Amino acid sequence: MKTIIEFRGITKRYGPVVAVDNVSLAIGEGEFFALLGPSGCGKTTLLRMLAGFEQPTRGQVLIDGEDYTRVPPNRRPVNMVFQSYAVFPHMTVAANIEYGLKMDGVARAERRDRAREALALVQLEGYDERMPDQLSGGQRQRVALARALVKRPRVVLLDEPLSALDAKLREELRFELSRLQDKVGITFVMVTHDQDEALALATRCAVMHKGSLVQVATPADLYEFPSSRLVADFIGSVNLFEGRVVEDHSDHALIDLPEIGIRAWLDHGTGASGTVQIWLAVRPEKMELHKRANGEAPPVMEGTPGGHNVVAGIITDIAYLGSESVYEVRTEAGKILRVIRPNLTRWDQEDFTWDEPVWLGWHAEAAAVLLQ
Amino acid sequence: MPSRHPRAREIGPFLAILGPPAAWFLLFFVAPMAVVWAYSFGSNVGAAGIEITGTFLNYARTLEPVYLGILAKSFGIAAIATLACLLLGFPVALAISFAPARLRTLLLVAIMLPFWTNLLIRTYALMAVLRDQGLVNQAVEAVAPGLAPLPLLHNNFAVILGLVYVHLPFMVLPIYAALDRLDRSLLEASLDLGASHLDTIFRILVPLARPGILAGLLLTFIPALGSYLTPDLLGGPDSQMIANIIERQFKRANDWPFGAALAFVLVYLTLFVLAAQGLLRRRGEAE
Amino acid sequence: MSDRAEVGLLDYSRRLPVRLVLLVVLLFLYLPLAVLVLFSFNDSRRTTVWKGFTTEWYARLAGNAELILALANSLTIALVTTLIALLIGTLAAIGLWRFRFPGNGLVGSAFSLPIVVPEICMGVAFLIFFARVLRWPQGLGWPLDLGPIIIAHVAFCFPFVTVVVRARLASFNRDLEEAARDLGASPWRALFDVVLPHLKPSLVAGALLAFTLSLDDFVITFFTAGPDTVTFPVKVYSMVRFSVTPEVNAISTLLLLITVALTLVALRVQAVAGDLQPRPTA
Repeated sequence: MKTIIEFRGITKRYGPVVAVDNVSLAIGEGEFFALLGPSGCGKTTLLRMLAGFEQPTRGQVLIDGEDYTRVPPNRRPVNMVFQSYAVFPHMTVAANIEYGLKMDGVARAERRDRAREALALVQLEGYDERMPDQLSGGQRQRVALARALVKRPRVVLLDEPLSALDAKLREELRFELSRLQDKVGITFVMVTHDQDEALALATRCAVMHKGSLVQVATPADLYEFPSSRLVADFIGSVNLFEGRVVEDHSDHALIDLPEIGIRAWLDHGTGASGTVQIWLAVRPEKMELHKRANGEAPPVMEGTPGGHNVVAGIITDIAYLGSESVYEVRTEAGKILRVIRPNLTRWDQEDFTWDEPVWLGWHAEAAAVLLQ
Repeated sequence: MPSRHPRAREIGPFLAILGPPAAWFLLFFVAPMAVVWAYSFGSNVGAAGIEITGTFLNYARTLEPVYLGILAKSFGIAAIATLACLLLGFPVALAISFAPARLRTLLLVAIMLPFWTNLLIRTYALMAVLRDQGLVNQAVEAVAPGLAPLPLLHNNFAVILGLVYVHLPFMVLPIYAALDRLDRSLLEASLDLGASHLDTIFRILVPLARPGILAGLLLTFIPALGSYLTPDLLGGPDSQMIANIIERQFKRANDWPFGAALAFVLVYLTLFVLAAQGLLRRRGEAE
Repeated sequence: MSDRAEVGLLDYSRRLPVRLVLLVVLLFLYLPLAVLVLFSFNDSRRTTVWKGFTTEWYARLAGNAELILALANSLTIALVTTLIALLIGTLAAIGLWRFRFPGNGLVGSAFSLPIVVPEICMGVAFLIFFARVLRWPQGLGWPLDLGPIIIAHVAFCFPFVTVVVRARLASFNRDLEEAARDLGASPWRALFDVVLPHLKPSLVAGALLAFTLSLDDFVITFFTAGPDTVTFPVKVYSMVRFSVTPEVNAISTLLLLITVALTLVALRVQAVAGDLQPRPTA
C-alpha cells in the first residue's frame, strides 16, 4: 500500500507543555485511519498539523512524499470536517459546498454540478437552497462532509465526527461514513476518543497517550494483542493479572499469578525471562462462569491440563444490559474480576445470582501477555 | 417566573418601582420634547411672545436652499467621518479581538479611555495640535518649511478629523463585540477550503460581523450628525452643522419656533436612521 | 532540526499591517492629550512652544475664584444628579426586569430614547421648558438655583444607569430570588436581600457613569443654565474660545485625571464582578 501521509519526528511544544512528543507515523492511501486516545493525548494537535493550522516545533509533515510542513492550510490537498461542522451560517447549503470550488476558480456551471453530485453522495439531494439554521445537527455534518469531499482532496480529516450526535444517529452515521469512504476511496484520517467508533470504522488505529504513539495496529490486533496495559485498558475493559513466568517452552508457558494464587497455562511461549514482571490480560467476554459446589474440583479449561486458568470466586454484582450481562466476581484473595456473558436464553434469575459461588476460568489461548 | 400580567397585589410594587422613573421620564423628557414639537408649529408674536398657530412655515423654512445646504453638509460631514471611523475602527477591533486574552482588556481600555474624558478637553487638545503653530505644523516646518503652515484648523477637514477623533472608540466597541462572538472554526474552515486570508475576512468575517458593524455605524453617525462643540470649535465660518444653526436661533436670532423646527428635523433624521438600521438588521436576520 | 518560532494562523493581532494600524490609532488618540498635559507645565503664555517647566498655571487656577465657583457648582450638580439618577435608573431597570406586562419592550425602548436623541435637541427642549412652561423662580440661593440643570441632567443620565443595571440583571439567576421567596421572604425582602447585592458592581459603575456624564456635559448645561449660574464646562468653553492660556491646559489636565481615575475605578469594580471577562478563544 502506497504511503500517502508521513509524520516524521513530529514534536509540538506550547511553552513548557509538550503536546506531541516525537511522533513518526505513516498512513497508506485508501486507509480509514483513526487517531485514538483520551483528551489531551495530542491527537487533535497532530490532526491540525496535518491540516496546516498548527506548525510543528520539530519534524516534517509529508503528503505524497512532498514536504508540506510550512505550507499554509489553503494550499494543502487536505480538507477537514470540523468538530463543530463550521458550516457557514450566512450561506445556503449549495453556497457552502461550492465555496471551496470557488476558491479554486472553478467555473460556475461545473461548480453547480459538482455540488449537486456531492449532495447526492451524502444523501441530501434537494437541500441546495436551505440555510444551515434550518438543518439538524446530522444534516449539517453531512453538508460539512460534502463540502470537504467536493474538492476531491487527497485526504479528508475528521475531528470527532460523531461526538455531537445522539446514540441512534451515531450508529446510523457510522455506517454511512464507512460506506462513503469505501465508495469514494479517499484516505480518511479521523480523530476520536470513542474507541467503539475507532474500532468500527478504522482500517488501522494509532493509540496515543500524553503526546506519544503507544501502538499502531488494526482494530482486531489492538483489541486481541494490545502491546501494553495502557492500550489493553483503554480499549474495552480487561482483567489484568501481575505475573511471573515459571516455565517457558515453544508451545506453552506457565505463569504464576500471585494475586489469585493460581498458575496460568498459555498455549504459546512468551520469550520473556523469568525474572521480569509481566502482566496477563484476559478480556471479560473470554472468561467463563461455572457453578461451584462445596468440595467440588475445579472444571478443566480447554487446552490446559487441569488446575490451571481457573479460580474460585463469589458473584458480587450483576449488570443486565439486554443482550449481555456483566458480572463482577470477587476471588478469595480479594481481587475483583469482570465477566461478560451473552444472554442466550431469556433472563433467568436462577442462572447465576448474587453471592453465588462460582468458578472463573479461561481457555489456553484466551489470554495475552503484556510486557509493559 | 413573574406572571405575564401584574397580579392585583403586585400593582402596588409595580407602581412604586416603575412610577418614579416613568414620572421623571414623562415630566422631564417627554413634556419638554413635546413643547419643542409644539413650538415648531408656532410663530413669533411681538417681541417676546410665541403663539402656537399650527403653521408649517418653520418647517418650510428648513427646506430653503441655505438651510437645506447646511443639512446636507452636516449629513455629508457626518457620513465621511463615520466612514473614516469604520476604516480605522475595523482593523482595530480585529486586532483586539484576536489578541491574547490579557492584552485584550488592556487594549479595550486603552481605546475607550479617551472617550470617557471630557469632549471639550479632547477637542481643545486637537485644536492645539492642528493650529498654525501647533504640533503638526511644527513637524511640517522642520521637514518641509515651504509647505507650512498647513491650514489644518477652522475648516471642514478639522471638523471631520475632530469627529473621527471623538467617535472612533464607539465604532470599535460593537464591532469588537460581534467579532468576539464569532466561531473561529468558521475562519479555519474557510482557510481549509482554499480561501486566502483576505478572502476569508471579506467573505466570512465581515458578513458575520454585520450586526456589529451596523451598530457601530449607528453609534457613530447619529452623535456626529448632532454634534455641536466639534464644528463650533474646530470649524470655520462655512463649517456650520445643524446643531450650530439651532443654537443660533435660540441664543442670538431669538427665533425659537424656527429653532424648534430645526431641532425636530434633526430628531426626525435620527429616527429615520434608527429605523433604517433596524430594517437592515431585521432583513439580515431573515436572510 | 531546530525549533521553529511561529505566528499562529489566526493571530491577526501579530501581523504587521494590523499592528501598524493599531499603533497609528493609539498614537492618534493619545498624542493630543499628551501634548495638552505637557503644556500645562509650560513656562510661557504660549501653549505650543515649550519654554520650560513650571507649575505656576496650577497655582493660578487655585486663585481663580470664578473657576473654583464653577467647579463647585458642577460638582454639586454631578453629585445630586448621580444620587437621583442612580435611584430612578435602578428602579426602572428592576421594574422592567421584574414585571412582565404588555408593552414592557416598548417602555424599555422609550427609556433609552434620551440616549439616542441628539443632545442639542434636549438642550433646546429644556431651555424652552424652564423658560416658558415650568418657570424656575429666579434669585434662589445656591443650591436651589441649580435645580433646572440637575433636573435636565437626571433626565438624560438615568437611562444610562438603566442600561448598565439591566445588563447586570441579565446575568442574575432568577432561581435565587425564587429560593428566597420559597424560604419565606416577601417580594420586597427578596429584592433587598438577594437582587440588590448582585447588582452592587453595576450600581457603582452606573453611579460613576452618571457622575462622569454630568460633570462632562456641555451642551445641555449650556442651554439650561440661567445667566447667573456658571458651571464648569461652560466656563472652560469660554476660556477655550476666548482666552487661551496654559491655565486651560492645567484645568483640563486636572479634569482628565479625575475622569480617568473614576473610569478606572468603575472598570475595576466591573472586572472584579466578572462582567468584563473577555471570552476565551476556542
